[in-house]
Amino acid sequence: MGFFLRKTQVQGIKMSVDIQKYKIVVVGNGMVGHHFVEQIVQQDNTNSAVDYAITVLSAEPRLAYDRVHLSEYFSGKTAADLALTTPQHYKELGVDFHVNARVSHIDKIAKTVTVASGKVFAYDKLVLATGSFPFVPPIPGNDQPHCLVYRTIEDLENISASAKASKIGVVVGGGLLGLEAANALREAGLETHVVEFAPQLMAVQVDGGGGRLLKHKIEELGVKVHTQKATQNIVAGDSCRYKMCFADGDSLETDMILFSAGIRPQDSLAREFELTIGERGGIVINNHCVTSDPDIYAIGECALWNNFIFGLVAPGYTMARAAASHISGGDVTFLGADMSTKLKLMGVEVGSIGDAHARGQGAQTYTYEDQPSGVYKKIVVNPEQTLLLGAVLVGDTSEYDTLLQYALNGIELPEHPQSLILPASADAPNKGLGADALPDSATICSCHNVSKGDIIGAFDGGACDLATIKSCTKASTGCGGCSALLKNVVDCELGKRGVEVKKDICEHFAYSRQELFHMVKVGDIKTFEDLLGKHGHGLGCEICKPASGSILASVWNDFVLETPHVALQDTNDTYLANMQKNGSYSVIPRIAGGEITPDKLIILGQVAKTYNLYTKITGGQRIVLFGARVEQLPPIWEALIAAGFETGHAYAKSLRTVKSCVGNTWCRYGVQDSVGQAIDLENRYKGLRTPHKIKFAVSGCTRECAEAQSKDIGIIATENGWNLYVCGNGGMKPRHGDLFATDLDDATLVKYIDRVLMFYVATADRLQRTSVWMENLEGGLAYLQQVVIEDSLGLGDELERQMQHVTDTYQCEWKTAVENQQSRQRFRQFVNSDETDKQIVFVQEREQIRPATAQELQNIPEHDVSDTNDIDITTLELV
Amino acid sequence: MTNSTSWTVACSANDLVDNSGVCALIGGQQIAIFKVSLNGVKQLFAISNWDPIGLANVLYRGLLCSVADKTVVASPLYKQRFCLLSGQCIDDENQKVQVYPIRLEGQNVFIQMPCGH
Repeated sequence: MGFFLRKTQVQGIKMSVDIQKYKIVVVGNGMVGHHFVEQIVQQDNTNSAVDYAITVLSAEPRLAYDRVHLSEYFSGKTAADLALTTPQHYKELGVDFHVNARVSHIDKIAKTVTVASGKVFAYDKLVLATGSFPFVPPIPGNDQPHCLVYRTIEDLENISASAKASKIGVVVGGGLLGLEAANALREAGLETHVVEFAPQLMAVQVDGGGGRLLKHKIEELGVKVHTQKATQNIVAGDSCRYKMCFADGDSLETDMILFSAGIRPQDSLAREFELTIGERGGIVINNHCVTSDPDIYAIGECALWNNFIFGLVAPGYTMARAAASHISGGDVTFLGADMSTKLKLMGVEVGSIGDAHARGQGAQTYTYEDQPSGVYKKIVVNPEQTLLLGAVLVGDTSEYDTLLQYALNGIELPEHPQSLILPASADAPNKGLGADALPDSATICSCHNVSKGDIIGAFDGGACDLATIKSCTKASTGCGGCSALLKNVVDCELGKRGVEVKKDICEHFAYSRQELFHMVKVGDIKTFEDLLGKHGHGLGCEICKPASGSILASVWNDFVLETPHVALQDTNDTYLANMQKNGSYSVIPRIAGGEITPDKLIILGQVAKTYNLYTKITGGQRIVLFGARVEQLPPIWEALIAAGFETGHAYAKSLRTVKSCVGNTWCRYGVQDSVGQAIDLENRYKGLRTPHKIKFAVSGCTRECAEAQSKDIGIIATENGWNLYVCGNGGMKPRHGDLFATDLDDATLVKYIDRVLMFYVATADRLQRTSVWMENLEGGLAYLQQVVIEDSLGLGDELERQMQHVTDTYQCEWKTAVENQQSRQRFRQFVNSDETDKQIVFVQEREQIRPATAQELQNIPEHDVSDTNDIDITTLELV
Repeated sequence: MTNSTSWTVACSANDLVDNSGVCALIGGQQIAIFKVSLNGVKQLFAISNWDPIGLANVLYRGLLCSVADKTVVASPLYKQRFCLLSGQCIDDENQKVQVYPIRLEGQNVFIQMPCGH
């Protein structure tokens, strides 16, 4: 907050101080260029000695986006999802930016750069973050229309268009990016081939044995792999668009070709304007990322350090930090980077650490291969077998984190190093390296360069849980590969601090919500009294009572106002309505999917008019009536129920609404009936009590008019079915939902939602929304997918059964309440009088009522206020 | 013997709800009446129904809680807790609500109103 304030002030007086500002021009706005901007802005904000004017020049038509997860564009993510920043955000940071602004000239003497449009920008320091371009082998015929590369969002748009007009696709290049591109083609439904010049796949990261297994596994997934093939030319095909002719006389027919045969540094500017360039390309930099010109820096894939190009994002980020630090007088340097990687290619896990090919002097190896299960593991150790130098893992990377820590921190190996990769026998000690064994310097998150020491520092600064550590250190917010290790470190540190990770829900129960849930279920406990008597003490409180009420409702689904439950409910649940500031209530009937008939609309209007209620449209496509006194609630609901309405559960921690767009019934663009789906889902899950409120939305096409990605459960129609997103939310801390599964049919969609929601109900903390639940779930999205899709815990049937029970025992709570004389008794203001509460007073505003303010109330003579409905409200229109 | 003139019948014992509250109107005053029932022991409490922080007549709709050995009601508006025995707000020492003596005689719940009522 203070941070934005300061920037605004700076902007306000920009004209007068611009001259003294130190001008930094950044060429290129890829991931590394953007990281540099963030770093230098941070220096600007924390270091009072500096004041920067930052200009970003991007040749691409959009600002920085996440290229690491580019392939997710094909599984439904949009350019906006992949974006790392927005024009708005850069404006807030005070960064001047220009897209479609390719730099055409650098004047090192005048210290200016010129962009294609002719505009000139002066600099004090120039930062080149121009990245790389895909290498296209010089094969005759490589420049035809359906011969493409895989690097930018525009490339992906071209691939997508080409794939629609193709049946067969070939990727040239069997490296990491090539296999990712192959997966994209496969997901687009093409018969997919990979053509590789080398004898094996991923030759840089994986050895021969690993490469063999990798090829086998990828072929099992239906991708045809052709190794040791040199393409000689691309000519017109017989059965397909093109024919690729290989040096060995073979040929392959295909409709489209993707080149992914490595990258080349984008150093043409530097070449043209005479910065020192490496023999095989790349702008030469020193440890501060300074080029041969002391005022020009180069970072990321365009830079050559120690004769090496770093094609991963983490080293690029380190360079960005080093350059920002050097410009602002700091001492962060770039001293090379670890190129270890762990990734999942088409569901096949691959990990590579350090000296994977055992090229070091005297290096020894241990290899383990389990062909039936498709697992290959190799570790490379020094001649004394005391230190780990490298490793290759294919098919199972569960030991990656531990092995990486051994390699990076020079931790002495156990007596039998092979135990690190052999399957654990029941009596063998846990081979995982405890977080305790790591030195403070150990890097936990390499994307954001967070060490164990940084995490401990965050604890010292007051953070005390995983979510806070993630947000203040950024650990595990890049590729996410370190999430399990991070949790390990956090738990270990909590333990060391004697913060017994206390999950007691309150002083009355020494248990977490999850434990109480199990006690209720396993112990067949049906009332709070029973639960308190068996497992708690005291009277209970505003924390454990509603939580228990919610658990009892989730498990048994009895009427919440039955005598044993009534005293448990928060006031909104007790009165089945939401209390407003003057003690009056709002009324929200369910309008499933936002669909309502004119007749029902008229009834709502009539009821509102009869009781003089304020009416408004809610954010969840329903209509809310405000200003009902407690004793008016039963007659209001009687009228609504008679007209076919039912409770909307707006008062409960439960399913609120399923928002929908109009879908293919009316919309020209819709591909499925989103309204029908929304109504069905709302009717299935209405009444389910959950740890916090939950919201759904269903969009009828990828335009996403229902904003489903901001919901706990979001569904977006595709031509083949439904894409399911989970754990998004709006509110104070918005979070986009994660894509959970694609192209589902109706039955599978419901099955997955049943399982996700019931697993959430069973394991979440009290008042924990699905987004926070997911972030605290060890293993995150992948784990949830295993539990729900692969049924890894064997809980699937049970979760579905529980959900079916809740659905089968649904009752409209308001119907039960108005029909039950004892429940109705609760809705009296006074047990001994029919008078109304004289302090609930409304005044008129915009032709409707609103609560009187405290000041207005003081001006009302008390004796005039006999009945709010009879008040001549015009006399109360004060001021 | 209590001065019976200041004791007023507020309601019947049947009007009360275990571990919850109701409200009675006595001489224009709104009185929140709570029945606490724990391990077979039943207790009655009466306090003013006006929430001095939320500024509304809502305390009888609050949740009953125990904090150590105190029995308190949490306001349904902003959740501040008031001790049923002393009326003191345990979340804000400057806030306090009026408490009233209460007793059960047969089926009648009596509340003692201050002089002037």
